[in-house]
Amino acid sequence: MTIYLLLLGAPLVAGLIALLIDRDEIRPWFLPAACAIHSYAVVACWVRLPEPAVSGWFRIDAIALLVLTLASALFLVCSVYCLEYLRLRRGRDNRLFTACLAFILSAVSLVCVSRHMGLLWVGMEAATLAAAPLVHFNHNEKSIEATWKYLMMGSLGIGLALLGTFFLALAVLPYTGPGDPLMIDVLLARAGMLSVPWLKGAFIFLLVGYGTKMGLAPMHSWKPDTYGEAPGVAGAILAGVITSCAFLGVLRAFQICAAAGLADFARGLLVLMGLLSMAVAAAFIIGQRDFKRMLAYSSVEHMGILALGVGLGPAGSFAALLHLLNNGLTKGVLFLTAGNIHRAFGGKTMDHAHGALRRVPISATLFLLGFVAITGSPPFAPFISEFSILRSAVDGGRFGVAFGFVGLLAVIFIGMATTVLSVVYGTPNDQPQGPVQGDFPFMLMAPLALMSAVVFFGVWLPEGLTAVLGEAARLLNGVRP
Amino acid sequence: MHELSQLLLTLIVFLSLYLLGSSSLTGCVNILALQGMCLGILPLAIHERGFHSRTFVLAAGMFVLKGFVIPRVLLYAIREVKIRREINPLVGYTSSLLLGALLIGVSFIIAERLPVPAGLRTGLLIPVSLATMMMGMLMMISRIKALTQVIGYLVFENGIYLFGLSIAYEIPWLIELGVLLDVFVAVFVMGIVINHIARAFDSISTEKLTSLSD
Repeated sequence: MTIYLLLLGAPLVAGLIALLIDRDEIRPWFLPAACAIHSYAVVACWVRLPEPAVSGWFRIDAIALLVLTLASALFLVCSVYCLEYLRLRRGRDNRLFTACLAFILSAVSLVCVSRHMGLLWVGMEAATLAAAPLVHFNHNEKSIEATWKYLMMGSLGIGLALLGTFFLALAVLPYTGPGDPLMIDVLLARAGMLSVPWLKGAFIFLLVGYGTKMGLAPMHSWKPDTYGEAPGVAGAILAGVITSCAFLGVLRAFQICAAAGLADFARGLLVLMGLLSMAVAAAFIIGQRDFKRMLAYSSVEHMGILALGVGLGPAGSFAALLHLLNNGLTKGVLFLTAGNIHRAFGGKTMDHAHGALRRVPISATLFLLGFVAITGSPPFAPFISEFSILRSAVDGGRFGVAFGFVGLLAVIFIGMATTVLSVVYGTPNDQPQGPVQGDFPFMLMAPLALMSAVVFFGVWLPEGLTAVLGEAARLLNGVRP
Repeated sequence: MHELSQLLLTLIVFLSLYLLGSSSLTGCVNILALQGMCLGILPLAIHERGFHSRTFVLAAGMFVLKGFVIPRVLLYAIREVKIRREINPLVGYTSSLLLGALLIGVSFIIAERLPVPAGLRTGLLIPVSLATMMMGMLMMISRIKALTQVIGYLVFENGIYLFGLSIAYEIPWLIELGVLLDVFVAVFVMGIVINHIARAFDSISTEKLTSLSD
């Protein structure tokens, strides 16, 4: 119980304190403190998984542990980044920004630990709403437009996910027994008796609903606008943490379908959505002049890869779960350094930002390395997961899927390379403007730490991690608890 | 009690239809409030297994929130931005009404074919909820003013709530309260953003929100 209290309570309390404090300089310090407590609790979970609590409503299994770890790590790093970022943005009131960041951590922890599809929904909706002020932080016309689109698409998506959750309840009715019919453990235990048409409907609505939050094509239209206008650190949280939590929602729906013997139906849909997302991302990445929007499309691509991986069966699921971690960490590097480059040039298109290596050498190097990593080049971690997904497609005899996967990866590599190389190399067009110049230590430490993790997992996968990944893949593909 | 629930459900559908054909923003908010009140009373009317205290809590919460609090937030937003009418919607009012009528018909056909588990006596509940959801979505995509889009979202949300009522016994009330709270916060946040849109663009037409695209 203590663990759950720390996971949910520490960030919640920090957020409330941040709301009450009046001084802009002190407020951000509560973030790293709360994130450190949160990370401590996550480490405790790795040592020994906590017992279920609140009559089985809270429990952490292997799948949840992976998402929770990613969220905690990214938040810890981003909170350190924020200390310096918010100091630079001193003119702007950071009360809501700081508090909402903390609330997001609390809400995503709720999504991870909850064993009830309704509670999971509540957490996801809370995280979505808490992220709106982050998108709006710059308070200009473009950020308002982005916030509006984010809210409208997000609300529609989350509404459809709620409908899918109701469908799940209808699939299990009439229910008499211990617990609540929407508890994941109840649904898994009675998987064989669920009504098939309702379950299929539930999966479709949950996939579309949580898929909107992930940014799977064709429900991705809000994503480039939102990530493009949000500050870099908000982009890292949105692309690394919130999308992963939405994917957890899809995984829970898949887990129930697999246990009910509908794995093939669900896998077909996931493969379709996955390839479609990659194709859409490829189409828009080519010729993309705005490097933050480019990262948003890259996020659409990688959400597609996650869906595709799970759709390819147990081996693919293992790789997809590994890719969940790798993508989150690498996206953190990319968005944080993109924020640094954006600030150094006062613009986020190739016309403004050119020759970043001369102006912000370390950020630019990390941005370049992040690009090499995310496109799946060895020796970085995403190479291993993307290669494993490819291998699971080939081993399964899905040569068409494998061919499409490799082809789209190649197209995206070329498209991203054009933009990234132009931003990084060359000579800056203009003289540095404004007070913000050069690299800052805290804002480098954060992406540097994430990049080290990406290299580390690329070279060596610890045995403890593979064990948890294997367990998670087993749980996903129809092993009853 | 059965007749009362049928009456309320019919009223809810007609109110959604009325919203589709109405151009006055204040009028829309008032209709929405009325629909919210109907939704609040509905759980009491469809109860067959006797009253529980949680039914009352839920009904009261719904009645106050959707009948009074949310409409107040929206009316406040209207006053702030000084806009009275929806002008030039993407789909005209007559076509919207016709489409709405069509959607109602479609929902009855779909509801007929849904394999509702035996023992759940839902009557008009499911077709009405489907129709309300679809009309809400129609409003969200066919209107230009940010405020009417929010009203569309709320109608959509009302439809989902109706669907949830058919399984209300099976869902713990904590979850329902969570859902209610989330809807409230969503509207609150949207109200704030509308205010920002009005200040930045001198208008709340989402037509102006087109600078971001590829």
